[in-house]
Amino acid sequence: MNQLNSSFTETLNNHLVEEGSLIPLLQKAQEQDGYISPEKVAQISEYLKMTESQVYGVASFYSQFRFTPPGEHSISVCLGTACHVNGGETLLNTIGRDLDVRPGESTSDKKFDLKRVACLGCCALAPVVKIDDDIYSKVNVVKLKEIISNYE
Amino acid sequence: MSNIDTIRKKSVAEWKDLNQPEEPVIFLGMASCGKAAGADKVKKAIQEALKKHKIKARLIEVGCIGTCYLEPIVDIVAYGQPRISYGNVDEKRAEFIVRKHLVEKDLSKTHPLGHLGVESFNGIPHLFEHPMLKSQVRIVTKNCGLIDPGSINHYLANDGYSGFSKALKKRPEEVIEEISHAGLRGRGGAGFLTGRKWKTCHDTKSDVKYLVCNADEGDPGAFMNRLLIESDPHALLEGMLIAAYAIGATLGYIYIRAEYPLAILRLQNALKQVTDIGLLGKKILGSEFSFSIKIKEGAGAFVCGEETALIHSIEGKRGMPRTRPPFPAQKGLYQKPTVINNVETLGTVPHILRNGSEWYRQFGVEGNFGTKTFSLVGKIRRSGLIEVPLGTPLRKIIFDIGGGTQKPFKAVQTGGPSGGCIPLELLDTPVTYETLANIGSIMGSGGLIVLDDDTCVVDLARYFLDFIQQESCGKCTPCRVGTRHMVEMLETICHGEASPDILDKLESMAKLVQSTSLCGLGQTAPNSVLTTLKYFRPEYVKHVNEYYCPALVCSDLIEYSIVEENCTGCQRCVSVCPTGAITGPRSEPHNLDISKCIKCRACYDVCRFDAIAGNAIVITSGKE
Ligand SMILES: Cc1cc2nc3c(=O)[nH]c(=O)nc-3n(C[C@H](O)[C@H](O)[C@H](O)COP(=O)(O)O)c2cc1C
Ligand code: FES
Repeated sequence: MNQLNSSFTETLNNHLVEEGSLIPLLQKAQEQDGYISPEKVAQISEYLKMTESQVYGVASFYSQFRFTPPGEHSISVCLGTACHVNGGETLLNTIGRDLDVRPGESTSDKKFDLKRVACLGCCALAPVVKIDDDIYSKVNVVKLKEIISNYE
Repeated sequence: MSNIDTIRKKSVAEWKDLNQPEEPVIFLGMASCGKAAGADKVKKAIQEALKKHKIKARLIEVGCIGTCYLEPIVDIVAYGQPRISYGNVDEKRAEFIVRKHLVEKDLSKTHPLGHLGVESFNGIPHLFEHPMLKSQVRIVTKNCGLIDPGSINHYLANDGYSGFSKALKKRPEEVIEEISHAGLRGRGGAGFLTGRKWKTCHDTKSDVKYLVCNADEGDPGAFMNRLLIESDPHALLEGMLIAAYAIGATLGYIYIRAEYPLAILRLQNALKQVTDIGLLGKKILGSEFSFSIKIKEGAGAFVCGEETALIHSIEGKRGMPRTRPPFPAQKGLYQKPTVINNVETLGTVPHILRNGSEWYRQFGVEGNFGTKTFSLVGKIRRSGLIEVPLGTPLRKIIFDIGGGTQKPFKAVQTGGPSGGCIPLELLDTPVTYETLANIGSIMGSGGLIVLDDDTCVVDLARYFLDFIQQESCGKCTPCRVGTRHMVEMLETICHGEASPDILDKLESMAKLVQSTSLCGLGQTAPNSVLTTLKYFRPEYVKHVNEYYCPALVCSDLIEYSIVEENCTGCQRCVSVCPTGAITGPRSEPHNLDISKCIKCRACYDVCRFDAIAGNAIVITSGKE
């Protein structure tokens, strides 16, 4: 944690205090920790001379930011329109049930977290599921179990 | 000879060599869609096959030509033959193609999609004779899938940055006049005349002006901007250079959604390349014009695609829209005159400068000149990205280019969450900004979602309203509260709990939200409800009066059962059923206990895709 914080201090120092730097700093913080930790909010607010609630006010507006630690692997199920009409919801429900996790949360063993997203841009190959950095296309319930078992 | 001319000359030679190479060259479609279809594995398989057969070949990564349903796509040029394109290449087929094409030099069983040569070739059709590509007019997507998006040389070899060179020889007013005369309209949705927007900004006096590229692509189910940036990032940068020169901007931003990591990477790489050769920075190409570009990653809010919300987001605030006027072209980012244009708008600009506005006006129809890209998805056979002249009838797009649907066609949804559903009877409508608006939908940024008999329009309207309700920034009441009421009403219909007068209530609420919301998000939110009520009212009525969902989608109105005589007892459904509702020994018809069934559809899917019988599990909807 200490090391992370010191590298974040470096990030802050490399970042000119300029209008518009709050969101990039939040993105940097999330990139480092996987979520927006209270410590980072404190650091950012001090650095940008804003109150913590102002920082939270902006962060909570955007769906990209999460405020709880992610799991070891992140599963995103696309519920964009193309994926919706091709059965994305079934995939989300199946994962939720099989891994006993709700969207926006992590499994109790912290192995997976589950997210619903609005379009990953691979709509022509819907429905689409993303695990970490890999996108899987034309997924169905059977394929899904196979894919996830590779991460277990 | 200037630096850039020297590089261009070298690039042209390099490109020529690539298309008539001594050693074979293999092009791999590696845009996000290709990767999602398994392009990385295919690349590995090809490398292994080359090693095994001791063949030396160059591998080049390209973007996507738009026939996404055929991904992964691989092209090969070798032995003095033209570039030949293969579709649906998995690992096995990759090995096969390498062996046949490069070792045995026998193309007879390789089933290529087509070739890219100038003359006819061995009975293989030209790639652009492919039914999905044949009727397209490719201007902004000209390079997509053909060049390496990571190489500025490939772009330069294909006329890249020649539009900007031409612009620099004109006065800014002349550049604006060229764009105005071309009749180019904004491709982000509203269709505002680009030349007029630029002129307003140009004419507004200010020490600083900004140019913003809107690459937020918020429509969930559309990917025109992603594909363009991933396949040809320099086209956008050239468009931005021309726009900045015309309006007098010194700093540009590209606001791009974070869900597009590959597109961001391509842009960062392209920005570095143009900076290195002096096309970006101070006194570009020896002129008085200086310009630089920063990338801003969006943070996941649909409303931030709206231009005033986008400005707030770049400023580091909550992405709330504000009323206009003043328009951003007069008072935008940090209160300075700012032009905001969509990726496709800017990607078109270089072509107009290169070929002239008269040339551009030959495409499309009066008032709607040029071409537009569409992402053709949903229940369509040939899904992907296409580019057609404005004025092309929907029927041609869906049936000739897209190959129609498997089940009977029901409707096409255009314009994303703000758009509407268009029924079969209206498919001869030519696609223009006005004609789509006249039938209750919008052009939007180019999403076309094709629906068949398996799609429930009530469920779809609920889906869109739910999306908008969650994305409403909450600033104005009609949008914040009105859309929530509409979602609730639609939910009662989908659940079979609605009272008979619900449809009138829904309609009047929709009209209220439409006429009183602050920004485009709320004003257009009711379109999906209003168009489906107009064109598909009987389907709503069936939900309300008969608890019947004709598409068998609304889970509270449907029931699952097993047709005994069709069931072979393969137990695939037993193994996927999460609640143990299906039971039965192997080789005997299974039982489904509906009191335990949660209608997750897992058994239905597995029966259709993975089981021996394929049709033993049926879904019915109560007509009583
Ligand atoms: C709710 C809402 C969302 C929008 N989303 C986008 C978007 O994702 N991309 C885009 O280019 N324009 C979007 N727009 C339109 C922009 O406000 C703006 O008109 C456009 O970026 C201008 O560029 P153009 O003239 O080149 O089309 C949206 C508008 C609204 C009301
Ligand atoms: S709708 Fe799922 S990837 Fe676009």
